Amino acid sequence: MDVPPRATHPYIPNASPPAREAMLAEIGAGSVEDFLVSIPQHLRMDGPLALPAPLRSEAELSAHMEELLARNTAVRPGRSFLGHGCYRHHVPAVVDEVVNRSEFLTAYAGEPYEDHGRFQALWEYQSLMAELLDTEVVNVPTYDGFQAAATALRMAGRYTGRRRLVLAGDIPADRLSRIHDYVQDAYELVRVPASPDAVRAELAAGDVAAVYTAVPDASGRIEPCAPELVTLAHECGALAVVDVNPLSLGVLAPPASYGADLTCGDLQPLGLHPSFGGNHAGFIGSLDDERLVAEYPSRLFGLVPTGVDGEYGFGDVAYERTSFARREEGNEWVGTAAALHGIAAGVYLALMGPHGMREIGQTILANTAYAQQRIAEVPGIALPDPEAVHFADFTVVYQGERTAAQIAASLLERGIHGGTPVNERASRYCVTEVHTKADIDDLATALEELVK
Amino acid sequence: MTRAVNGDATGVGTPDVAQARVAAKPATRRFHQARWDEKLIFELDAPGERGVLVPAPDPDVAAAAGDLAERLPSALLRRTPPGLPEIGQQRVLRHYLRLSQENLGADLNVDVGQGTCTMKYSPKVNDTFVRDPRIAQLHPAQDGNTTQGVLEIIYRLERLLAEISGMDRVSLQPAAGSAAIWANVSMIRACLAARGESGTRDEVITTSFSHPSNAACAKTAGFRVITLPPDADGYPDIEALRAAVGPRTAALLITNPEDTGIYNPRIDEFVRLVHDAGGLCSYDQANANGLLGITRARDAGFDLCHFNLHKTFSTPHMCGGPAAGASAVTAELAPYLPRPTVEFDGTRYRLDDDRPESIGKTRPFYGVVPNLVRAYAWIMALGADGLREVAETAVLNNNYLVHKVLGIHGVSLPYAEGQPRLEQARYSWRQLNEETGVHTGDLGLRMADFGTHYWTSHHPYVVPEPMTLEPTESYSRADLDEYAAILAEVAREAYDDPDTVRTSPHRAPVHRNREGSLDDPHAWAVTWRGYRRKVLGETSQDGT
Repeated sequence: MDVPPRATHPYIPNASPPAREAMLAEIGAGSVEDFLVSIPQHLRMDGPLALPAPLRSEAELSAHMEELLARNTAVRPGRSFLGHGCYRHHVPAVVDEVVNRSEFLTAYAGEPYEDHGRFQALWEYQSLMAELLDTEVVNVPTYDGFQAAATALRMAGRYTGRRRLVLAGDIPADRLSRIHDYVQDAYELVRVPASPDAVRAELAAGDVAAVYTAVPDASGRIEPCAPELVTLAHECGALAVVDVNPLSLGVLAPPASYGADLTCGDLQPLGLHPSFGGNHAGFIGSLDDERLVAEYPSRLFGLVPTGVDGEYGFGDVAYERTSFARREEGNEWVGTAAALHGIAAGVYLALMGPHGMREIGQTILANTAYAQQRIAEVPGIALPDPEAVHFADFTVVYQGERTAAQIAASLLERGIHGGTPVNERASRYCVTEVHTKADIDDLATALEELVK
Repeated sequence: MTRAVNGDATGVGTPDVAQARVAAKPATRRFHQARWDEKLIFELDAPGERGVLVPAPDPDVAAAAGDLAERLPSALLRRTPPGLPEIGQQRVLRHYLRLSQENLGADLNVDVGQGTCTMKYSPKVNDTFVRDPRIAQLHPAQDGNTTQGVLEIIYRLERLLAEISGMDRVSLQPAAGSAAIWANVSMIRACLAARGESGTRDEVITTSFSHPSNAACAKTAGFRVITLPPDADGYPDIEALRAAVGPRTAALLITNPEDTGIYNPRIDEFVRLVHDAGGLCSYDQANANGLLGITRARDAGFDLCHFNLHKTFSTPHMCGGPAAGASAVTAELAPYLPRPTVEFDGTRYRLDDDRPESIGKTRPFYGVVPNLVRAYAWIMALGADGLREVAETAVLNNNYLVHKVLGIHGVSLPYAEGQPRLEQARYSWRQLNEETGVHTGDLGLRMADFGTHYWTSHHPYVVPEPMTLEPTESYSRADLDEYAAILAEVAREAYDDPDTVRTSPHRAPVHRNREGSLDDPHAWAVTWRGYRRKVLGETSQDGT
């Protein structure tokens, strides 16, 4: 039997020999090698890459991927109590429908005309988010909430010309790691408890550019003194930066309402699937203060008239701020970040409206409080801060002999994921609007049997 | 069944049948993009309508939770609801679908005009893996025994990219290309600190045609930036490099081929000069599409490099992200990689967070996982031969397009005359501009009237009136012919009917902006509420 010629790869139409030969002939070249002459022989590979055999047909590729995906467990929403920066919320079907449209999924960086749709959708995202945050400026999303926090702090540093950044309260360790990586060359990080006295003392030491705090904090706690910290920062000429979970803001006050200069956070709770922690995007919002706007490194889209009455046009506001315009003379740097997640969050907010955002905040706060109470009733379990209000995340302390890791393993045997051990004696749990009373009761019942 | 017919039995040649014939298509497409004249989302507000409903807490749960106002200070409770619109579900859907139709995705056009961006085909099958609940619904803190599949994908992708770059280890945590540049700069900083050279080596050298983020990340990380200009042939000036290197040199951050598509054949000499001076070398491989399987960063002596998975490795561009970056390093730099890494002991994959010399986190959790899945599947569909075919075809397509474009009056290809380009080319419309007054930006906008577009270049324009085209391997000869024909038609119009070009686009969703206000702090409107206050002169509800 003759060996059939190798079929042209579906992704590379001009790999077909007739196409290749015809094009070479038209150019007047002998082979593709004629175009590669600038790559010296001593820098060339002397053989093919050592890669696995390809799966050229879609069927073979899909079978291979199925084998890999089969080693992952997709957990039913009510059986997972994992949070800690990545949340399982209901994603409305309309959000997925919109962001999976080819026109949005595969577009990149066209002009505001042929890409009018993404400009309008992102400007609307900025505007919807601004209503939630009670700010007048919101950026085109940056990579994630870590980057948003780190950039907000550098913005405060440039704005004030000062060098110390006071971080108040319990900040997730990974976020802190990123902030440190990002600001270490130019700023000193000072960590203090979320207490007015501690913050006052650091402010008194001088040179403070920003007081940063997170509401909720790493353990989901709503820090009652956050507004006071903002006031203290202002009394010393520092900016107040508050990191929020945007999904809480239908019920909790947006930090701008108690004076925060910069509000930042992560968009993942607003219509983005967990995707193994892969779907994050960061936001920064502020007043429309000319000097503060000048410190944003991100794109900011603005609304303008076109030459036709009644038409909305969009473009870049104060583009000269950016590294796209002025390389190292711009603010920090900007590149491809997380635009489509901004569109997703915009669709989410448009669907939820003011009532949906209030209701989801109420449901999550109620479920969290109930879960805390219910679990605290389990003999051998205590809450470290029973008086505090929590949003979604909360910590429990195990007082018995079994470690947090052992308890998590035993829960997993019963098909319950969580909580996440934070040390040998404590775990962090998370509930959202997807949990029913029965889900929470099941968890508590399981813990009653496991925590001895 | 019978029906009335005119003429003879065949009907051929009769007047009615001749009228049934569809004329041939014109040479260029008579395109018109959707123009829905859609309102802003806020103008769709219909109080009382709902887009989605939210589960209410169980009554027992609500009772147990009690009254929040008694447990939090009033300053922490929202007093007025957010000013979001109230819109029924289908109207929200229709709004955004209309906007999507007013967006020219790469799936719909011959998207060879966004040079440097490598707008290749993002295979649809790869999207199906990402939407599978066994990726989409995975939580990053799940027990490792329930996430072995995704960890294996990340591990295997790292090994593939290590082979493709020649490097020892790869972090897939950076969120995009610029984030990977940042991670590399941060690792360079950590390495210098470990060598006790933090204070002394404070200069980073880059080039004019390297992506702006190389210069900008270095500056943000505390380095002084030295930018090498191109020499007469378009290569970064090696004499300027000789003059710049010294005991203060921390690193060289360089792209090759640069955005001109010109490969710098002395790249290893650049590396040697910097190494001899004690600095490190990081290779920006954003433009690697013409190099796959042909030459590798390691072969030229680099210590670090990065890839943009949304460029060379096919993940969709998503209106400007999420993307994904890969930072690849030699064993010497590996201790500084972002944490965690994914390790494999022969039976089980695990995350290693115990990396004391790591620069730490560059991103929550483990990177832009959906795009890691897509990139892995794309490489697996091609293999070694396929990747080489990608590179060779991208280079062939580019040189074919160069051949076509240079036949158009008014355009030129500055630098290295007669030399082939690799995967992209930066052209100049200087002659056309001098002869017609029409600018490259005008031509690019007029392209939109034919269902495509192009990008000029990063700022500042080193090449006058620039246009950067990168056809990738994805487009057929017929696609490239069509693109060149549109370009030729638009250039012809610039000479014959310049006003049509200057006032374009005419068949896009909207007409040209009047954009003076974008740089005016008193008039720019970043949000609806800003527009209402500043431009419409409205006062807010509480009268402030």
